[in-house]
Amino acid sequence: MMRFSTLIKHPADWMIGGEVDNAVVLTSRIRLARNVRLLPFPGWATAEQRRMAMQEIFPVIQELRPMKDAFAQPLSGLTSVQKQVLVERHLISREHAARTEGSAAVIERRQSLSIMVNEEDHLRMQSIRPGLNLRVAYDALNELDNEIQSSLTFAYDRKLGYLTTCPTNLGTGLRASAMLHLPGLVLSDKIGQVLNAIGRMGLAVRGLYGEGTESLGNLYQISNQSTLGESETQIIERLERVIAQVAQHETNARLKMLEDDRLTLHDKIGRSYGILQHAWLIDSKEALNHLSLIRLGANMGFFPLEIARLCDNLLMEIQPAHLQLHSGRKLSPEQRDESRGQIIRSHLQNVPTPAMVFSQSKNLPFSDQPLDLDL
Amino acid sequence: MKCDFCDQKATVFLTQLIEGQMKKVCLCESCAKTKGVTDPTGFSLADMLLSGMPTSALVANAPFVPTRSGGGKKCPNCGFSVDDLNRVRRFGCSECVQAFRPEVELILRGMHQGVTHVGKVPPGFEEIHARDEKLEELRQQLEKAIAQENYEQAASLRDQIRQLELPLPATALP
Repeated sequence: MMRFSTLIKHPADWMIGGEVDNAVVLTSRIRLARNVRLLPFPGWATAEQRRMAMQEIFPVIQELRPMKDAFAQPLSGLTSVQKQVLVERHLISREHAARTEGSAAVIERRQSLSIMVNEEDHLRMQSIRPGLNLRVAYDALNELDNEIQSSLTFAYDRKLGYLTTCPTNLGTGLRASAMLHLPGLVLSDKIGQVLNAIGRMGLAVRGLYGEGTESLGNLYQISNQSTLGESETQIIERLERVIAQVAQHETNARLKMLEDDRLTLHDKIGRSYGILQHAWLIDSKEALNHLSLIRLGANMGFFPLEIARLCDNLLMEIQPAHLQLHSGRKLSPEQRDESRGQIIRSHLQNVPTPAMVFSQSKNLPFSDQPLDLDL
Repeated sequence: MKCDFCDQKATVFLTQLIEGQMKKVCLCESCAKTKGVTDPTGFSLADMLLSGMPTSALVANAPFVPTRSGGGKKCPNCGFSVDDLNRVRRFGCSECVQAFRPEVELILRGMHQGVTHVGKVPPGFEEIHARDEKLEELRQQLEKAIAQENYEQAASLRDQIRQLELPLPATALP
């Protein structure tokens, strides 16, 4: 069985993008909630009943073809830092990390498929792909779901579909989401309009990091809220349409800034570059916000494109549990700021100074078009 | 957006502040008419909500801490009570939706795009369902045949039932 250190040594395929365009949409994720018929759901089950459910489910998961040489561990066998690292990598949920007895995580080698056993539901399965690829992510997970259903009988009702602990997941049990980098819309003060438009369509949008409406690193997650009354395909297609439009608005905002306000853009990217190359103590918030601008710069030609990949990797590496895992000890917040600064400096030391970039077209097709999402 | 009472397209949307919380109800034209929503002479959403009608915008994130002594009707499979369901908005097991059907329907009003599942059906589920319906029908015919002392027909029905009761292939549900 795979060790934790082996799993974590390499960044996930979806994290570094590969050949896929992830300039605006970093990742696409699908989650399915499933429960075993008749067994009490994890939140209502006694510890003994949870263990029995585990005994029934865990061997089935480990036998799945994509999970043959996967990382498979009861949560009770992981330290709190290890669990936190999995949370930071989006491989298990924060709620799942808080559980111990009778819960487990199974994570495929490339980290594109993972299954939580006894989270809020008996099974929470997820599939992640780089870029805007919800359909591909769903197809992979659907196959896994079918394979499991040849061994386990899932809770299902003719009218209400797949049955889940929370009524907000009934039906398809499907949550589709994408992570978007939207610095162009934030810097040009258009993000509020776009977020409102998304909200009006019954989709959920939230900052990836930070509390409430605040978003660090200009990273946002858009997802469906409704799981009943629409098919999987309808949910995914609607979300993909909206996300593609948001991505187009972001791209337009970037080009417009370059055309209208080139100096401000240069100034911001240059300052972020300077700070990150020379910071010795830096907290998460400051680091995320400057890395966001370096990432934007790389996608706009200020830096070589591979610098964007480096930023994506750093987004993970500079989080608290990752820092503690690498240093092999518990770190105080101040020690973390020091370690974070050191990691960022060492990664950025060979990045060339920002290039001069000019708008390539005199007549870009956006001028002052309205920001309403048109569906 | 679909009507909270049926699956028709909703054209009437109501939002009202009740006990400091925003409540929203979506209705189709005919439901709006029958509920008197289009009547301009003082319609209160609260009346509709409090008379056991749709309760959308419910707080779905309440922490799940059911008490084992929760009162009211209980799920025969897991013992979860209807009081717990109404308090924490969670289910105890797969059979709870069957045990608390009317309460579940209330909870679901306005929560999703619709009130009926139109997505994936578990592999083999339709076959099982069709078989169960056929079995039920044959058993009723058998009872009738016996009551009418039509033993030849009863024997034939019994054989058909036995045949159907054989387990389905491994891919299907038990």
